[in-house]
Amino acid sequence: MASLSFREALNQALAEEMERDANVFLMGEEVARYNGAYKVSAGLLDKFGSARVVDAPISELGFAGLGVGAAMVGLRPVIEMMTWNFAILAMDQIVNNAAKIRHMSGGQLRCPIVVRGPNGAGGRLSSQHSQALEAHYVHIPGLKVVAPSTPADAKGLLKSAIRDDNPVMMFEGELLYGTTGEVPDGEHLVPIGSADIKRPGSDVTLITWSRMLSAVVLPAAEALANEGIDAEVVDLRTLKPLDEATVLASVHKTHRAVIIEEGWPWASVGASVSDLISREAFDSLDAPVARVNGLDINMAYAANLERATLPSVERVVAAAKEVLYR
Amino acid sequence: MAPSSDVLWDMHSKMLLLRRFEEKAGQAYGIKKIQGFCHLYIGQEAVAVGANAALKRNDYMLTGYRDHGHALVRGGDPGMLMAELFGRSTGYSKGKGGSMHMIDVEHHFYGGYGIVGGQIPLAAGMAFASKYRSEDRVTMCFFGDAAANQGAFHETLNMAAKWKLPVIYVVENNRYGMGTDIARVSAEPEMHKRAAAFRMRGETVDGMDVLKVYDAVIDAAEWCRAGKGPVLLEAHTYRFRGHSMSDAATYRTKDEVEGEKRNDPILKLRAHLVKEKLFSEAKLDAEDERVKKVCEDAIAFADGSPEPSLDELFTDMEVRPGDLDVRPRERVLGATDVTWPKYPSGQELKVTWDLEPREPAPKKGAA
Repeated sequence: MASLSFREALNQALAEEMERDANVFLMGEEVARYNGAYKVSAGLLDKFGSARVVDAPISELGFAGLGVGAAMVGLRPVIEMMTWNFAILAMDQIVNNAAKIRHMSGGQLRCPIVVRGPNGAGGRLSSQHSQALEAHYVHIPGLKVVAPSTPADAKGLLKSAIRDDNPVMMFEGELLYGTTGEVPDGEHLVPIGSADIKRPGSDVTLITWSRMLSAVVLPAAEALANEGIDAEVVDLRTLKPLDEATVLASVHKTHRAVIIEEGWPWASVGASVSDLISREAFDSLDAPVARVNGLDINMAYAANLERATLPSVERVVAAAKEVLYR
Repeated sequence: MAPSSDVLWDMHSKMLLLRRFEEKAGQAYGIKKIQGFCHLYIGQEAVAVGANAALKRNDYMLTGYRDHGHALVRGGDPGMLMAELFGRSTGYSKGKGGSMHMIDVEHHFYGGYGIVGGQIPLAAGMAFASKYRSEDRVTMCFFGDAAANQGAFHETLNMAAKWKLPVIYVVENNRYGMGTDIARVSAEPEMHKRAAAFRMRGETVDGMDVLKVYDAVIDAAEWCRAGKGPVLLEAHTYRFRGHSMSDAATYRTKDEVEGEKRNDPILKLRAHLVKEKLFSEAKLDAEDERVKKVCEDAIAFADGSPEPSLDELFTDMEVRPGDLDVRPRERVLGATDVTWPKYPSGQELKVTWDLEPREPAPKKGAA
């Protein structure tokens, strides 16, 4: 075991996979000489050279599409988006090509591309730079979507994503890169499609992913414990395909569920998870499923407004008590 | 270098095949055997045929949704292509793609795309992969004049030129983007000139003359294979039918269309072959009859094929570990001679191409 930061864990995953398979290459803005806008790709240019670590121009649509084309003929691109806010420019290539090429070709082609980058609030960056957009991609058939919350999961999921022959979208928390955690030594893979119980418990299920886990949900679980409420924390890790079994088993056990996500509430990942629980675990529920979301507004720059917009420990604790009728 | 008489014969046959196939497809659309969108290539045959004749078998090719001609010219089975148009299980894509998504990986034809210009970055990626693996291979990407106004065109040409990717971009300039004269919506309607913005080679060619297209592509491919970078080749051509089967084409006068039909690329080549005494009119006529029969057989094959099974709704959505790629001619015709792309494994591959020197540029004022 080693204590690594989230960015170091991603860096190791990239280096290991690029070492293991020369078909893997990294492309994005600032990934090579700048060592990465968030330093995730530090040192990779020196190690692998400029054909495999490529500084792209500011052309998200162009280089995402280039990645899709390269993947169609056997390379394994990792396309870094400086943030998922900017990846909106690339949506045509991801949604209309990457997600559809296997189907449109009747199974002749595959697209083993990874598109990854930071997602969600970055700290007083205002509305265009603070969006949590995983819901857009979870909605599209043909894509896989992962959202690790810890360095160990980040490393394991990125390695799995690179080895997966399907297009995988990886959502990293912009404020997670400096957080640290224990990462197992040696080859560490986390399977895509498996959720993780980050804190076992019996009274209420708290379902979350990405930055909300460490920023808000685990602290809320501790606060609840001080009041004698034992919360079980389910970290989805993969948003699509969802590990329905783990989610439902937890709700069958605790009879109460709260879903906490950074993104806006309408038509979000949490909305679908809530629907799943209501349909499949209705008889186990002792209260309606509660949800804690970023407020349904554009993110402001002012520090107090941003704080009030994002989910907080207080809001999670209140939601848990609400479903416990306390 | 003039093409051999074999190549000339093949180009003539191929143009006939494309023409007769598209005529049949148009008729089939009229009786609702084909539905949705159907964009015919009639009139533009010289571009796909001349270009393909100048390329190698294992060069990559992509185009947009006016793709039936390109799929045929690469060697796609006409019956299976017609079946795809009919939405039957024996189509190349099992009936899941249709007219706009003809894909035949065996013959290195990578589609077939519905979003205007969507194929432009893909082609750069395929050329990138070729260069990454040090292959002797060129990628050719066709698109229409109007696609050159998409952002993807500008973003991609910049990267292709900067990284000297081995890709030939062929603008099939038929003067109209659907119902709009290209000059009405383009500040620079001479598309080949746009290459200069990227210090890229830009050329024009008479797209109604298959021999001129052939020569232009021989030259462009040589340039690419020598590592000199991409080429933008603007082929002036004309479609004799509307944008698609649903287009009444009121934006062009009958006189204009009839005038252009006098420029028919097939008649032009035929006249040349006869004048040079390479082939007799009788022999050329017989080939037309043979090709017509091939197309009738294609219609019969398609019409006699079943729709896909409902079990196919959920297939081809996810690649599971161990899943193989589908090989259409093997699946549909039981062919045993299918060759399929094979890529070096990640352990065997040696990447010797560096985009830039490894040492970063020295800082200003450094000793």
